[in-house]
Order: sequence, then structure tokens, then C-alpha cells
Amino acid sequence: MTEPTIFELSRPGRKGIRFPAPDVPKTALPETFLRDELPLPEVPENTVIRHFTNISQLNHAVDTGFYPLGSCTMKYNPKINEETARLPGFSQIHPLQPVVTIQGALGLMHEAQQWLAEISGFDAVTLQPAAGAHGEFTGVLIIRAYHLSKGETQRTKMLVPDSAHGTNPATSTMAGFDVVELPSDERGNIDLEVLKAELDDTIAGIMITNPNTLGLFDENIVEACQLVHDHGGLVYGDGANMNALLGIYKPAHMGIDVMHFNLHKTFSTPHGGGGPGSGPVGVIKELEEFLPAPHVVKVNEGDENNPDFYDFVIPKNTIGRMKSFHGHFGVVVRAFTYMLSLGKNGLLDVSQSAVLNANYIQSLVKDVYNIPYERLCMHEFVTEASWEDAPGVRALDISKRLIDFGFHPPTNYFPLIVHEALMIEPTETETKESLDAFAEAMLQIAEEAKNNPDILHNAPTKAPFGRFDEVKAAKDLILRTQLPDDYGK
Amino acid sequence: MKTPAELKYTKNDEWIRVEGDIAIIGITDYAQDQLSDIVFVEIVALEGDSLDQGETCAVIESVKAAADVYLPIGGEIIAINESLMDSPELVNEDPFGNAWLIKVKMSDLSQLESLMDADTYQKLERDH
Amino acid sequence: MYTPHTQADRDAMLKVIGVKNLEDLFQGLPDKGKFPDLELPDGVSEMELLDELQYISSVNETPQELISFLGAGAYNHYIPAAVDNIMRRGEFLTAYTPYQPEIAQGTLQAIFEYQSLIAALTGMEVANASHYDGATAVAEAVNMAYHQFRGRKKKIVLSPSVNPHYRGTIHTYMQGIDLEIVGEDLDPEVSPDELIELIDEDTALVLVQYPDFFGRIYDLTKLGEAAHEKKALFSVHINPISLGMIKPPSVYDADIVTGEGQPLGIPMSFGGPYLGLFATKKQYVRKMAGRLAGETVDSKGQRGYVLTLNTREQHIRRENASSNICSNQGLIALASTIYLSLLGKSGLKELAELNYHKAHYAAEKMSTVPGFTVNPVQPFFNEFVVHCPLPATEINEMLLQHDIMGGYDLGVDYPGLKYELLVAVTELTSRSEIDHLVAVLEEEYHD
Repeated sequence: MTEPTIFELSRPGRKGIRFPAPDVPKTALPETFLRDELPLPEVPENTVIRHFTNISQLNHAVDTGFYPLGSCTMKYNPKINEETARLPGFSQIHPLQPVVTIQGALGLMHEAQQWLAEISGFDAVTLQPAAGAHGEFTGVLIIRAYHLSKGETQRTKMLVPDSAHGTNPATSTMAGFDVVELPSDERGNIDLEVLKAELDDTIAGIMITNPNTLGLFDENIVEACQLVHDHGGLVYGDGANMNALLGIYKPAHMGIDVMHFNLHKTFSTPHGGGGPGSGPVGVIKELEEFLPAPHVVKVNEGDENNPDFYDFVIPKNTIGRMKSFHGHFGVVVRAFTYMLSLGKNGLLDVSQSAVLNANYIQSLVKDVYNIPYERLCMHEFVTEASWEDAPGVRALDISKRLIDFGFHPPTNYFPLIVHEALMIEPTETETKESLDAFAEAMLQIAEEAKNNPDILHNAPTKAPFGRFDEVKAAKDLILRTQLPDDYGK
Repeated sequence: MKTPAELKYTKNDEWIRVEGDIAIIGITDYAQDQLSDIVFVEIVALEGDSLDQGETCAVIESVKAAADVYLPIGGEIIAINESLMDSPELVNEDPFGNAWLIKVKMSDLSQLESLMDADTYQKLERDH
Repeated sequence: MYTPHTQADRDAMLKVIGVKNLEDLFQGLPDKGKFPDLELPDGVSEMELLDELQYISSVNETPQELISFLGAGAYNHYIPAAVDNIMRRGEFLTAYTPYQPEIAQGTLQAIFEYQSLIAALTGMEVANASHYDGATAVAEAVNMAYHQFRGRKKKIVLSPSVNPHYRGTIHTYMQGIDLEIVGEDLDPEVSPDELIELIDEDTALVLVQYPDFFGRIYDLTKLGEAAHEKKALFSVHINPISLGMIKPPSVYDADIVTGEGQPLGIPMSFGGPYLGLFATKKQYVRKMAGRLAGETVDSKGQRGYVLTLNTREQHIRRENASSNICSNQGLIALASTIYLSLLGKSGLKELAELNYHKAHYAAEKMSTVPGFTVNPVQPFFNEFVVHCPLPATEINEMLLQHDIMGGYDLGVDYPGLKYELLVAVTELTSRSEIDHLVAVLEEEYHD
């Protein structure tokens, strides 16, 4: 069922909200600057509420069903986080208020930094980056600044595994590096021989993800980091897969020098249809001076009579600011609420359960779905979704058929190194029944692929919409509501 | 997959038709098949520009990918195929004919030696 | 704890996997450093949690406790109840990027409507699904201009009256790229036309703010013409509420329009998450970083929307992508969509005028206090500069003792402006609050 757009629901003269009349005398408006037309819709509040309520119901979400989107960590988003983020003392404060009036906010940020540092083993954490990709950019700029501070201007290359998320090479290019791609070995690890061959003093560093994008803990990680360090390079860690490591292993102990976290993945803040995220970055001591400005520190330790005092500082050799103000404070409040609610045992339980759930599903489907690297997985696993006796059936078709069973499909076609990849990440908040139902659907679909492939090719048939014509969308390029010439008149 | 015998090829799936000191360049049948439905062709060079061998001269966009086309022979751009602006699907329909991308006045004819013939290119494809 | 498993559940699952206990699942990890003891407190119940966070939040002082005249990039505007009502719906809140359009038409249609509203507001032909904030939107505009000319044009003309945080972000973003940025060391009082002499054949982009950081509104026609004459792109950063009243940058032939969308129904939240507005002329749509929703039909002929032109993005182009942006600000863009839908054509105009009248009243009253001058050289919207008889820091310190936050001390960013205060007034500032500010200033500085 197609919903009209808000523009199509508009009727001239309708109003959604009133403001009070001015309580001050009016000043003459600047005639030469006044705009002629403002082609916005005119709808009453009832229409707005009905419209957005109706279209919301066309969405699958974590709150409506299982969402095993690999590498996105679609865990349950606790509702108490929404309450704390909305407390007026958090939501109504201006970012440029005098520091004495917002000690609660700075204290919360400082404590959140400490928690992330303790969880990961890093010495300092910045909360400024707005998302994972933004955190990556921050970290790669820190690496660049570090080498320049040592006069090493010849380090112009960044090593990136072929299994890496696309943001990794894109970020390196934005920072001015040339990207050198490293193939993985047959067990899905960094190939140490290839790495040794590439390492010299023109390499600034390597961007790694561990557990890697195949959901596997890289068996060579400690040695790989050591090799990079031996050649004067630094190691960047993409922390997207932290959900496997809480209380299990600290990334800094692998040899990672700088790493971003995704609060909207590991730390339960809602995905919101594509954001907002938050990508804090942790660094080892040697890199603290390069952190983005401003940075929150505790200036004075309090005592029984005085509270601790917090303020902003400009790190000595800062790379600069990554955005306006201080970062996504509203998202940090949600993540901090989550961390406090879990505590040390709760965090360990998250990773243990996440890894348990992923291995459980892998075990249930592995006889039918090809798992390219036969090992215990971590919090997610990748399967190659094609069979010789089901020609023409691809990962895309299996995904669309899963929709008919009420599930959101897993991640498709990533990582690029696995043919017809489906990446499955159940997360720790799913019940055993939920996992069983999903595995059963996967097995049934495998059967259908061989005996009745048309069901897959025509899927989904039970969703509000069928498959969309993406070619038409790219060719026609209609990116906004087309309005008739007499619109609003 | 069609691989006309009279053309030269590169490992990046470009074809070259040589007419005296002019090279006409496009992408192969194999390339258009890999990209599937092409929705946009952007020729990044202008007539009169001089480009080196290996420089990006075009970007071909489909729903799944956006592939760079690298100039197989350096020289001066003497013509670009404007009809691809409105009809990008020509690349899928007629990759060796009406969907030529660029005509180059070659500056160094010895670069032709680095190109492969139809047989070598066809053998390559099977290993893709 | 949000994990549901009982011991029975775990035992059954471990059996299927074929290992004895949970620790065995991690046998592939190095023993050294495995299962570290985290020095963190134990978890707490929801009741205790709320108590703790309420305490921390109560330490902060809000506009309920302090009268605020702070702006400088974040503004205290009224947020209608309907906005949060929709934002809290689980279908919007807990969905992800709409990769599977068949089950994501809620998100996709909302993005399409957002794009339509921002395009209509800015007068531009196409808008993307958002950037992180105004600062990163501006930085992406610079990045886009650089890639438009494939690095052959290496200069950016940047007005000194663009928000200092935005300028700082541009420098951070472009530090690894060979690019010259000129214009920032000019006198911040300069009008945009005085930037014209800096534009040459090497200029990729001319970038200004409108109204500028000091609140001033200028006619940008000549500047836009000068940029285009040298084949540079022209980018204008806007305040979306002001566009309820003043001409949009399309009138000045802007190629790119960026904006900070926080005023559109988004709480100030100590600086984030906010909303980067980004719109361009249609010819630049393929150069625009960020997500785009496009209209199409499904297999049953129903109209719907999909993410489109994503082959430009990082997950396809990888090192050839011009930007690494992945997440945008989905839920925040949704809030602004609801806000703009509620206000609509007449509401946004009414709101803009209300801000304008209150700010002009405040400016007039403040200039009656001896030693304080408000001397706008140009029309302004809801922010203006006050010249003070003492350094702005001292004025603010005094005002804070009267539970007033006076405005932004421009000396923080502009060494020559230590006596200037940037004062913002919105529809939430009452006449009595303005009168109170003026009374306090008169009381303290009547000599």
C-alpha cells in the first residue's frame, strides 16, 4: 500500500501548530531580503501524527522482530536509555555554557571515557567523533600526525586487508594516504608472509578489524601487530566487532595503538534508521597528545567538601576538531546508562552470550550452508549462500525469502572475499526460540532453493512491498516530491 | 562473450580500435555483463585534454558498482561520445559499436605493444 | 541485564555446538590476556540507574534555572510534543539503514520527505539524507569541491565570518590534502564582497555563512557571480529557521547549501547529536557524499523508495570514494521532518518573524544601556553583536551571578573582539527576561 507523501496531504490554509503573538513591539522586516515563496506543506497535527504512525508500521525493526544484520550488532535497545537521555539536565543544556554550570555533563563524559578505557585497555578516550567512520578518520589522522611529529614524512601508505569494511580504505584516502590492499590467508587471518613483504618505512600503519569481518578471531593478530611496530608503523583497530570482546580480551593487548568504538553497535544505543551513531576513539599513551580538541579531563580531585572539577583542554599536538562542539552527548548518555546497568559481570555476559548465540546458529545450519572457514566463530559468522544443485539461487534470493518468514535478512555481499556472502549476527539479546526459528527457516529455504526456486526468486510475497526496481530509481533519479506548478496556491 | 578479433584489449576490460594514429576506446562485452544494468556514464576528460596512459578517463556506473575506465594509450582527447549521457544503456546493448567512449590521438604508438590481442584477452576472462 | 538465557538454555546450546562450557568457545584466543578482570563496578537495577542519572543531570543548570542568550551554532527553540511522540516509536527508533527496502518503507519514505523538505526550504534541486552536523557538512562541501576539479584547483576562499567550529573542522578534514585556504585572516567585519579579490582561476570553492556567524544578512549576488566567473563552486551555509523569512541561497545561484539543522525540533543536548543539512544543484548529485533515497516502483507496481546512487559510496568505491561517510543522522533527520511538517509554510514564517521581532527588541533595549553599543551594519535575524564597555568574559561572569548566561564571548575565537558579545534571542525568550537582562546591565554599569 502506497502512502501519500506529506506534500500530497497538504491543503492550503491548514496549520499544524500555533505560536504566541509577539510580546514585544514589532520591528519593520528587511523588505529586500524577504523570500517570495516557501513551498512547504500545510497539514494539521492529526494528519502529521497519522501519516508518520502509518508509515512507521511499514518498517521491520529490532522492536518488531529478529534482525541478524552481521557487523551491525542489532541488539535490544533498552528503553531506560531513552528516559535518561531526555532528562532536562542532559537534553536542555547548551554546549557553550560556562563550565561551572555543566559539571554533571563533563563528569558523565569523563566517566564514560574511563569505562571505555578500562574495557579496551587504552590509556585515553575521546568522545568527539560522531560515528564509526568519523572515529576511523580521527584515528587515521592521529597516526598521520604521529609520524609527522617524528619527521617521518615518507610514510605515505596504509595497509588495509581485503576483508575490511569499505570505510577503512575510504578513510585512508581522505587522510591523504595511498591504500595497499592485503589478501587474507586460507584461514581468514592476516597473511603474515604477505605482510612481511609489504612492510618498510613507507608504511604508516595497518587498519585491522578483530574479530575480523568474517567473525573470526585473527590467530596471527599479536604477531601481525608486532611486525608492524618493528617497522615503525602503527596499528589502527576497527572496533565494530567489540561485542565479542567485552570482558574477554582487551584490544590494546593485541598491540592495537588506536581504535574506535561504535556506541550504536556494542553499547545498545538505537540505530534510528541510519543514525545518529557515536564513534569514540581510544589511544595508547604516546598518542594522547594528538587527540581531537577539546578534550574532557578531570582538573581537580575533589574531597568530602568539594566535588571533582572537570574542564576542557586542548591536547598539545591536537589534530584539531572533528566537528562542532563536543560529540554526540545524547548518544553517550544512552551508552553510559547501559554500561552502568550492566556493570562488569553484565558486560562479560554480553560477549559470552553473543558468541554462544552465533556458534549455536552456525552449528544448526553448517551441514546445509557452506561455512568457508570451518572454525568456532565469534559473535557473527559468514556463510556462502549458493549450491551447485540450486543454480541461479543467490544470497539475494535467500535474503528476500527470509523476509517472508518474518526475519530481517542478514548482511548480504559483505565481506567481499566470500562469494554470495551472508553474514549472520544474532546478538546476545535473542531467546533460544528466536534462534531456533531462524535456523529452521534457513534450512527450509535451502530445501526450497533446490526443489522450488521460484518461491525464492519471487520473494518477498508476504511483506508490505515486493522487490523494487533499483535500475529505474538510478535512471529516473527522482529524489524529491515532484510538485505541480500551482502547488500551495 | 563477444571478443572481436580485430580489436586490442587490456586486462581492465577495455577494447581499442586503431585507425592510423587514432585509438577508439570502449569497454568489453564481459565488462558490461559484470556491471549489469548501466545507469550512468561519466567521461571525465574534455575534448582537447591530454591524458597519460593509465589515467582515469571515465567512470561507468551501474546499480551494483562504479568502475573506472583507464586510458590504455596516452594522447590528446579528440572526441567523446555525448550520446551516452542520455542513453547509458547503449554500453550494455552495443559495447563495441555505438557505445565507444573516447577517441584519442595517440602520442606514443609504442604503447600499442602493451595491449593484448583477442585470443589472449579471451583466455584471461576464464580466470576472472 | 538484557540477555534472556537460563542455564538450561545455555547447556542445550553448548551441547549442539559440541563444547563443554562457555570458556571453550574462546579457545582460539591467546591465553595471555584472556578473560581480564575489569576494574568496574557491578551492574545495578533500573531503579538505581535512574536515580544515579537523575542525580548527575540535576548538577547541570538548564534554561529553567538560568536565562540564556547563548547561540553561536546551537539554539534553544520550542520542540512540539508531536515530534518526540513519533521519534520514540520503536519502528523508527530501532530500525537500521534501509538496506532491504521491502521492509523499510517507513524509513525510506521519511528520508524522501526529508530530502523534499530541505530542498524546498533551501531552494535547491536536491538534498541528501544528512551529514553529522553543520560543521561536517561544510567540510564535506570543501571535500566535494576539491574532488569536482580532481585536485586541479587547489584553493578555497573561506570567509572569516563563518562559524569558527566549522572552519576548524575544515582544517582538520583537509590536513592530509594539498589545499590552500585563504580569507580567514581578513577583518571579521568584512562584507562578503570584499572576498571577491581573493577568487582566482585556482579557486575550487567560495564559502560563506548566511546569516553569518555574527548574525548579519548580506546580499550574496555579486559574490556568487564572481565565484562562477572564475568557474569556482559557491557554497552557502544557512540557519534553517531564518529561511522561513529570508531569501534562500538559490537566489544567489549557490551550487551547494549546507546548514545546521538543530533548530528544527532537536534538543540542544550539550552539543549533539545534531543534523548536517546538505543540498546542491541537480548537476552535482553524483558528487554529493551521503545517502540518497529515490522514488521507484516495486514488483506489484506500487510506488516506493530505495537508497540509490550508492555506487558512489564507500562500501562500493572503497579507496576511490570521495568520502567515508556511512551512518548519517537518520533519527535526527526524522525529527526535523516531523517538525517542518508540523510548522509548514505558515508556521515557519510565523516562527521566523517572532524570533526576528524579539531579537530586535533586545538589541534596541541593550543599546540604551550606557557603554553598550549595538550597531548593526546589516539586517540581522535572531543574533547580533553587542559591544561592551568591559571584556565580554567579565560581563558574562557578572551576569552569571544573576542567573543569566549573557551570550557568546567572541574573544574566544577572534583576538580583536574581546569586548564583543554574540547575543541570541529565540521565541522562547520572553520580553520580561530581556527586560531583566537590560535592568541588570543598567544596575551594574550605570556609571
